[in-house]
Amino acid sequence: MAETTLMQPKAAPGTIPGLRGIAADWASDQRAFKNVSWGKAMMWIFLLSDTFIFSCFLLSYMTARMSTTVPWPNPSEVFALNIGSKHIPLILIAIMTFVLISSSGTMAMAVNFGYRHDRVRTAALMLATAAFGATFVGMQAFEWTKLIMEGVRPWGNPWGAPQFGACFFMITGFHGTHVTIGVIFLIAIARKVLRGDFDRERRGFFTSRKGYYEIVEITGLYWHFVDLVWVFIFAFFYLW
Amino acid sequence: MTNAAVHVEGQAAQHALHAYAHEAVASGATHAAGQQHPIKLYLVVWGWLFVLSTCSYLVDYFGIHGHLRWSLILLFMVLKAGLIVAVFMHMAWERLALAYAILLPPVLVLVFVAIMVFESGYTHLLRSIFFAATA
Repeated sequence: MAETTLMQPKAAPGTIPGLRGIAADWASDQRAFKNVSWGKAMMWIFLLSDTFIFSCFLLSYMTARMSTTVPWPNPSEVFALNIGSKHIPLILIAIMTFVLISSSGTMAMAVNFGYRHDRVRTAALMLATAAFGATFVGMQAFEWTKLIMEGVRPWGNPWGAPQFGACFFMITGFHGTHVTIGVIFLIAIARKVLRGDFDRERRGFFTSRKGYYEIVEITGLYWHFVDLVWVFIFAFFYLW
Repeated sequence: MTNAAVHVEGQAAQHALHAYAHEAVASGATHAAGQQHPIKLYLVVWGWLFVLSTCSYLVDYFGIHGHLRWSLILLFMVLKAGLIVAVFMHMAWERLALAYAILLPPVLVLVFVAIMVFESGYTHLLRSIFFAATA
């Protein structure tokens, strides 16, 4: 019984579809999420809590920017790069966005091949995702170095409102940490996929639970969330 | 006596559950368990995410300003977020009990946004009244 709920159970025959199903599922005096395993439900609930954390960061940034009487530095200029002899605004951030979106695409396909038990393709796509993620973190490190060299500090910068640095380091730093953790998570799961742990239902060394391909989807949920957060940071911090 | 009866009944129930579990596993093996969607769908969504990102970058590149800039940024942001959550995270295929439990709470953040907009307006007012004059 416990082992079956680990895998993605099919909706039991008696479940009601649509809006009435919400009331029925929640009032069933059993598990509320009928065809979702505890692992996936818990990842979603963790992501919900993480959503609130990033919301609070973006909200404090909004409050700082709206309440300051000093002009806010223009992100389009701050994050511009000179490539060759051309001065291109915000180009590094645009490239980082495309890198992260590409990593989401490869992750989505990895989940797909995981459920088809295609070990090699799943692992290869997960490692490609991890490589994109590492590239993203590398570019972020470059961006931080550039800004620190130009004199941006959490308490001030050469261009305007001193809160700019604090918001920038806090928001992108926390997001970069998430990406880094995701890369480690991806490599660990890709290794298990490649070794065939989920075909043989090998027990994990830490939890001693059997492994299933669903963990690829759960890892994917985390990774897509990291991409999702970047969509909001890109819009509010870099473009606004 | 009653205990024994309950025990036997419990065993019968467990056997039934095992049978159900085996059936579930078997059916899962025949048409692969979990979220299964054609690869083409992911590629199309991927393409759209690229297009939308390019559009939001072009908003900055061409230096569009004012309300048009903000509404375009928000439009592209919401479309991208929606595609990622619905297709890549498979929320479109989950039961509504999960979708509403996860997607409704973040909407309440908008209340917090409204509160902080009033608060920062007030702070800005105080700063411009009491601090700008001395500068």
